[in-house]
This record gives sequence, C-alpha cells and structure tokens, in this order.
Amino acid sequence: MSESAVTNILVAGIGGQGVMTAADIIASTALAMGLDVKKTEVAGMAQRGGVVTSHVRFGEKVLSPSIPPGEAEILLAFEPAEALRWSSHLQPDAMAMVNTFAQEPPVVSIGLFDYPENPMADMARLPLSLYHYDAGHAAIELGDRRLVNSIMLGAIADHLPFPAEALLESLLQRFARKGEKLLQLNQQAFELGQSAFS
Amino acid sequence: MNAVNPVTATQRQFISGNEAVAQAARDAGCRVAAAYPGTPSTEILEYVANYSDLYAEWSINEKVSLEVAIGASMSGSRALCAMKHVGLNVASDALMTQTLIGAVGGLVIVVADDVGLSSSQNEQDSRYWGRFAHLPVLEPSDAQEAYQLTRTAFDISEQFEVPVIVRLTTRICHVKGVVVAEPAVQHEVSGFQKDPTRFVMVPGNARHRIPKMLARDGILKDFAEQSELNRIDPGSDPRMGIVTSGAAYYHVKEAFPNAPVFKLGFSHPAPIERIRAFADSVETLVVVEEVEPLLETELKAAGIALKGKDLLPRIGELTPAVLRPELSSLIGIELKSASLIPTAEVFPRPPTMCVACPHLGIYYCLAHLRNTIISGDIGCYTLGAGHPWNALDTCISMGASLSMAVGLDKGRAPGDEKKNVIAVIGDSTFLHMGMQGMLDITYNNANVTVLLLDNRAVGMTGGQNAPSSGLNLRGEETCQVDFRKLCEALGVKPERITELNPYELPTLFKALRSETKVEGPSVIITNQPCVLTERYSQLPPLKVDLDKCTGCSNCLDVGCPAILVERRETVIKPNGREKELSFVKIDTAACTGCDLCTDTCAPDAIVPAINTNAINAVEVK
Repeated sequence: MSESAVTNILVAGIGGQGVMTAADIIASTALAMGLDVKKTEVAGMAQRGGVVTSHVRFGEKVLSPSIPPGEAEILLAFEPAEALRWSSHLQPDAMAMVNTFAQEPPVVSIGLFDYPENPMADMARLPLSLYHYDAGHAAIELGDRRLVNSIMLGAIADHLPFPAEALLESLLQRFARKGEKLLQLNQQAFELGQSAFS
Repeated sequence: MNAVNPVTATQRQFISGNEAVAQAARDAGCRVAAAYPGTPSTEILEYVANYSDLYAEWSINEKVSLEVAIGASMSGSRALCAMKHVGLNVASDALMTQTLIGAVGGLVIVVADDVGLSSSQNEQDSRYWGRFAHLPVLEPSDAQEAYQLTRTAFDISEQFEVPVIVRLTTRICHVKGVVVAEPAVQHEVSGFQKDPTRFVMVPGNARHRIPKMLARDGILKDFAEQSELNRIDPGSDPRMGIVTSGAAYYHVKEAFPNAPVFKLGFSHPAPIERIRAFADSVETLVVVEEVEPLLETELKAAGIALKGKDLLPRIGELTPAVLRPELSSLIGIELKSASLIPTAEVFPRPPTMCVACPHLGIYYCLAHLRNTIISGDIGCYTLGAGHPWNALDTCISMGASLSMAVGLDKGRAPGDEKKNVIAVIGDSTFLHMGMQGMLDITYNNANVTVLLLDNRAVGMTGGQNAPSSGLNLRGEETCQVDFRKLCEALGVKPERITELNPYELPTLFKALRSETKVEGPSVIITNQPCVLTERYSQLPPLKVDLDKCTGCSNCLDVGCPAILVERRETVIKPNGREKELSFVKIDTAACTGCDLCTDTCAPDAIVPAINTNAINAVEVK
C-alpha cells in the first residue's frame, strides 16, 4: 500500500468551535463512500478553550490514526493562529483553508504573549495553496456563530476524493431532526464556504 | 438518554474505542457495569448507559466500582468496571485480593492509560498491574479490537476463573474507526453460591488460594503461547523484527510496512517461546511498547537479545514520527528530513476555566490573599494554578488537598505560623476520596480552611452526575448529598461552616478572610452549578462602556475568557513611573451574564449589553 492511497486531513481550532464535529462529518462521509477511516483527536480538555486538533485519515486501508508531521494534505483551520501553529504538520503544496476570525486566549489578552501580527501573511510565505475567509463574522451574520463549522466544511467540499454533495448530505443528516430552519441555515453556510474559499 | 436499537451484525459502524468497549460488554451479556469518570475512559459508561437492558452506575470512586463489579461477578453475572490508569491505584486494594478469589461471572477491568498525558497527573503503565496481581492483560490496537478483545476478555475470565485487564490508551479510547459487531449472546447467571473458603479471604483461606493463583499463572502462560490473539505479520524484510502491542502496533505498521511484526493481543503472560522463535527468524529484534520496558525486561531475562528502550523513549506515544528516526538505521535507511515546512512560533493556548465558571470568583479571591499555602486537588479547579490566578500550590491525587493540608499545617516551619493553609476541592472529588481527609482535619484539629467547591457535577470530564447532583448515571433522580450536614457529621463545628454563592465576590472575600483567621478547621461551601450542565441558566450578556473604562485591568484578574483587551496604553503617573493600562471589551456572544466582573469594576464600566444580535446568536439551539 503506497502512502498516497490515504487522504490526510488535519482539522485544527480551539475548544468549543466544533472541530471534532467537522472531523466527524468528513469521516462519516468517507465511511459512507465505503472507505476505511480513522479519526483521532487530542482534546483532553477541549471544553476549556485549549488547542484542539482532529486527524481524519481515509483510504483503502488506514494504519496509524495519527497523521505524521509533514504528511497532512489538507488543513482545515478554524482560527488563524492555529493555522500557523499547525502549518508545519502539512506536506509542501498542501491546501490550507483558514477562517481568519481571530480568537485571543486569556494569556494573550493579559499581555503574557503576543498574537501573531499577520498570521495570513506568514502563511502566504509558506509553500502552500492558501485560501482564507472570515467565516466567523459570516456565521454571526447568518445568525449563529456555530455555523462556522458548516462554512468550513463547504470550504473543502470541492477538494475531496468524493463529491461535495456527499459531504453536504452527511452534514445535513446531523440536523435532520432539528427543524427545517436549521437545515436551511446549514446548507446556506456550506454553500457560502464553497464559494467564499474558492 | 436515548435507548439504542440493536445493530445488525454486518453493519459497519464508525465508533470510538470507548464506545466499542461498551457495545462489546452489552453484546457479551454483561449485566453490571460501573465506573468513576476519568479521561480517557469516561465515555465507556456513558455509552453503556444507553443500553437499558443492563445495570450501569457512576460509582463513588474506582475502588467502589471494582467492588461493585466483583460482587456482581460473585453473583454469577458478567461484570465490567472501567477507569483511568490512576483509578486502578485507588482500586488496587480490592484487586490484589480478588485475584486470589478469581472470577465467577466474567469480570473485566478496563483501564485506560493516558499515554501522552493529555489530561492526567502522571503517565503510569497499567500493564504492571497484570504482573503485580497475576492477571492476564489484553491490549487492543484499534476500536475493532477493543470490541473483540472486550468480548474475548469475558470468555477468558470465565474459562480460567480470573479477572481480566483490558488495557486501553488514549489513542484507543478516543480514536474512531470502523467496527463490525458480532452477534450478541445471552449469559446465564449462575447465582451466588456460598463458598467461604474461596470468598472469605482470611489468612487461613487466602493461604490456600495462593498456590491456585500461581498454578493459574502457568496455565495462562500456556494459553498465551497458543492464543490467536498473538500473531505474526510475516513482512518481507527480516533485517528488523518488531514485537509490539496496543496503539503502537499500527504506528509500527505505518512506519515500517515491510518489517515482520509479532503482534501481542494477549500481552501478559507473554508468549515468550513464540517470541524466541520469532527472534530467531529476524536479524535484530526490537520491542516497541508504550511507556515502560516491561516486556523488554522479561524477554531479556529469558535470554533473548533485543533493542528497546535503549533506542526508544519511555515517555509518550511511539508514533511513526518517533519510531522512524530511531529505528530506520537498523534497516540501513538514511532518513531525509521529514518536514519541509518550518515550525512557527505561536503563543501557547493552555486550557482555562469556562466563561462564567463558578470557580472564577474563588481564584480571584485566592490570588488576592496573602500568606497562603493553597493545597489543590484533581478537577477543573486545578486550572487555578495557571494564569492569571497562579493560586494553587500543590496537586497530586484525588483527595490529597485535604490530607496534605494536615501535613502542611503540622509540619510548618518556625516563622510560618502566620501562613494560612487552604485546601481546595470539588464536590465529586470530596466524595471520591476527600471525606477521609476532612475527617483527618477535624480528628486531629488541623488549622485548615477547606474550600468545598460544589458545582453539582464532575466538571473536568464534561459535567457528569455524582451524588452531589442528585442524579445518577442515567439522569434519574436519586439522593443528593447535603454537604453541610456531611461536614458536620465529619466533625466540623456548625458555626465554622459557611455556605455561599461564589458569584457574590464581596461576601466570598469576607468569608475567606475571616475563616482563615480562625484557628482550627473551617469549611466554605460554594453552591452554584457547573456551567456545562443543564442546571446552569445563563443571564443576558454584559458589555464594556469604553467611555467609562479606566484601563485598570482589575476585571482581567477574574480570568474569564470572555473579557478581552481592546487596546493598551502606557501612561506616566505623577510620581514619574510608567503604568500600563488595558482597556477591555467583553465578547458579548460568549458572555453569559454571571456578573462576577462587575464587582471588580470600580468605575461601573461593565453594563448590560443590548446587542440583540449577539443574544440571538447565543439562544439559537
């Protein structure tokens, strides 16, 4: 089995942003496509505003659940500084989709550390194909900041080895029992992500 | 909790190792399951609770959960208890004698090691307990094996009348993979049969059980040599052969796809003769085991030449990124530098307390008290050791805040008489292992102020129920512990027990100052719920009136993640010194209006927000 047979997606953000849910939706889509899938995260204290990453790997046969450093092909980053933090985990020429809505932790707010001045400019200097968009504000404008998740899923929808519709369907399955309005909002957010990140 | 429909045997499910264990227990006909929450094993019992056809409980602590399972096993039922690695230390008193009795109904102890310390105070290797307690250890490598080995564990337990340890690690518990379940079985319950020579472990009886236990070791060793749970992946390159188990197996397969691999599913007692034969078939044998060199030591003692911890770290996961640089030279591979994208320097983002957490006010006050020694415990309040509070001086084990406070008081140095010893502990931790320390404080009249932070839940693991919640694992109503009465019963004088609302900062600060001044034991109990639980109801959010904000930064000392710095300014004070001012804003969409910060704001710059958009954003569910 060659390494290229496995698709490696790194989803990164902070606790409470829906990183693990997004990863779950990508993974369950791959499962529905009949692939072998593994998903792992480091999120021991995810609800406490710490760093959360989720590794999604799928293909004919997946061995280790963790993406080795330098081998992620797609980065889905829910926060710009987190995008920068995890960029070294990507392979050269990987694709990075970044929500530019910044979230400062208390250690930055109280002045112990500095937030990077321009994380997107730092990212742009790296050998990546970089796409970025303020999904945070877009989600708030759509009416719920948790829609970031669906916008970000839309961002990668056209870059996966399966059709965008399959990903959208997995996403909407999550909200199937939560009412038509939420279903529509999430579809709208997904489609916004698809166009805004292209 | 929702009941879950039985799945068909051919269905491919995408589930975590924890969920796989739960499903396997149910499918194996397990009738009693018990646990105390602890990362990374917490979800096992939460999933078990979805199955209405078996009894499941949150126990008071891990020792209790094991003893519940032992009782059920003695009744002839299949039973499971689950815990994190340090939980087995607590349960070990029962474990070390139960091994003499063995199991009647299948008895499975699932223990989850936090390899990599994602959320634990140490990184101990639970496989030692298999050696210490003469018990077999099974080690799944992914969720599918977590399912299969948990099912097999029940069979092995009954076949050899022995409790079985299933050792998981974080990378098994929290990894989702494809799992295909097998048809469920019904298990006949034999019922409790009196057998005092076996079940009553007084010296006269226990003495006769020890030879049986030792004989069992030999039988299990023979079983390990035969077991299909231990297998060889032949591989095409015999220059390096690897013996491995657990999560490391797939890391090895990823890093060295051509290497012959001896995979241990039944890892203790080890199939040493089969490994010896395997060693003879390869040029260099390497043992890849996560944390301690246990198998390595045993194989070396058996005269098998190998490489192990001389090359590999004794801490953390043995991922491909760790294995490749250390082992590639054994097969003559020069590693090219793996990552071409440089690592960026980015600020740390440590976990912190939640917005509006009822502990925030406590730590605001503790940080402002002088001359204190603050004895901490295991829970969310351990985060008080971090910024901006820096108000926690110790943290070791469940309940230690109280008992250590006795020692910190009695052992104080001359000149330290004025230091106030304060113990900080949560409700669930107090009930788990803190009550004994509380009694030690009163019994020995230690000069300690106890802060009992009752948020009615096990917060750190996600807000699970405990006897302080008045709800059980399934969310059904049950007795609720009355901490005031409990502390009185444990000998605290009624007038030295203060119950208060931790959001009322002035009251809290006053109580802390007065109680620390009083000689002898005193207890301050807080009474507001964990914000992660349904019990918590949020209020309309706040904002900062920037015209009124003086930049004093007092509110930042609260440590609420919703308070952010808008801009900084350096001013020259009349005395010529520089002073840094921090003008703040409140993330209105995150704020839940607990009002704690308003008490820290002298110019009354923190006011109700009228941003209805943000309110709506919070309320959409």
